[in-house]
Amino acid sequence: MADTPETIRDKADIVGAGGALNAAVLEAWFVREVLPLEAALTLFLRHHWRNKEDVSDLLQDIYLRVFQAAQKQLPDVTKLFVFATAQNLLVDRFRREKIVPIEAVSELDALQVAADEPSPDRTVIARDELRRLQAALDRLPPRSREAILLKQIEGLSRAEIAVRMGIAENTAKWYLSDGLRELANILYGDPEKLGSRA
Amino acid sequence: MSTVDPQDQESVGAAKEIQLRAAEWIMERREASAWTDQQQTSLDAWLAESPAHLLAYWRLNATWERTHRLAALRPGKPEQSGQTGAASSFRPVLLRITAACVILGVLAFAGARFYFRPTETTYATALGGHKTIVLADGSRIELNTDTILHVTLARNRRVIELEKGEAVFQVRHDANRPFVVLALEHRVTDLGTKFLVREEEGQLRVALIEGRASFESADPRIQQHSVTMNPGDNVVATAQTMSVTKIAPQALARDLAWRSRMLVFDETPLTDAVTEFNRYNREKLDVADSQIAALKIDGTFRVNNTRGFLDMAQHVLGLHVEQRGEKIAISR
Repeated sequence: MADTPETIRDKADIVGAGGALNAAVLEAWFVREVLPLEAALTLFLRHHWRNKEDVSDLLQDIYLRVFQAAQKQLPDVTKLFVFATAQNLLVDRFRREKIVPIEAVSELDALQVAADEPSPDRTVIARDELRRLQAALDRLPPRSREAILLKQIEGLSRAEIAVRMGIAENTAKWYLSDGLRELANILYGDPEKLGSRA
Repeated sequence: MSTVDPQDQESVGAAKEIQLRAAEWIMERREASAWTDQQQTSLDAWLAESPAHLLAYWRLNATWERTHRLAALRPGKPEQSGQTGAASSFRPVLLRITAACVILGVLAFAGARFYFRPTETTYATALGGHKTIVLADGSRIELNTDTILHVTLARNRRVIELEKGEAVFQVRHDANRPFVVLALEHRVTDLGTKFLVREEEGQLRVALIEGRASFESADPRIQQHSVTMNPGDNVVATAQTMSVTKIAPQALARDLAWRSRMLVFDETPLTDAVTEFNRYNREKLDVADSQIAALKIDGTFRVNNTRGFLDMAQHVLGLHVEQRGEKIAISR
């Protein structure tokens, strides 16, 4: 069963009063320019925030702030804007929760991280992408990986996957959605390529 | 630059839930044949609830789109092999994938900056078997007769799939690494617990011994199909139904007697007692006479002591016992 291409129906229109940016434009910008920063952001957050498990929540809040600003106007240099937002969020959190930071989160520090990351070269990305995808899949739990591969390579429906794997359909649903969630974390959040900053 | 933004939502732990929900929506959307206007409305409503939902959706969607590349790995012709379908048809592909990767070593959880390779192991007991396994995280699973379960320990969760049978779970609690038991259409998540799970003929039973657990059934979006369990709670569920009752400690203790390789009957109907014995023994008993099926049995027996049980049936209940074909029939 072929995968259904995205249709415009799928993009919730979030236009607010006074000409906020079209959702499709925002989504394209977010995926193309913000998500690739997640790995560097993750390293940055782990470096400065004691509880490693809060990283996904901190990321969500950073994305929220970035998104709300971008709705009005896209930033000129996305990378700098995102890291400045991250820095401000951390400072706010330290202040709110009265935490002494591991080390001072200076403006310079955030900008340094942003500057260090090399600009993505399109051809390098394409060549690396399949390898990266294979590596990410290899890290998934076997059942989740199997379900996702059955869907993407063999194009099976959820019911067919359940039959093939000998499990209930709801279990297949769980393996697919939890597998996708985990795959996103690995593909976007894993700082493996950025060397030993942390 | 900015003071605390009042629009920041208190998101402790919420990001993971939102990510999972978005992933569910993405995969639902990809079930091409089933997508309805009603679902589209539901999705739009969920996306509109919060920008966090929208962003999670974009992120998970982008991830899925990246996996489209995998379509290039579609094998040229289907492979025939003795193994079960899925594995054989893309086994050579998977071998290439694993060969190309660096296998990261397993490090202690506390340090976990690196991913360790999740492992899946299958544990099974034979008819009449009884086995306790201790997982790498310190949790214990005690398997009863004729049970099969699959254990997957990944970096940030522990998943047990109970294929069939019965087990007691004693979970080493870790909030950052949920312990989830999947059986039939349901899901039991440890919240710091010790619980019993039994699957038989399309019916699932979960009894909580200690601590807390959450039980989710069928469609997790329907609120009443999710319940937090406290000690003494007993859930019986099929694909369509779910009932929650309280079970007295003595009754639960009887149900757990198999852990000492015993069966304990207390006002138990003969037919139920026979069904229990048959779970553990190759030599099957049969209640040949419907009029005696409801006779009440009391007593404690070793799980394989069918002889002792039959002696009791003859000399205490005055019943007739004889071999009929492959079974031993009990009648008046």
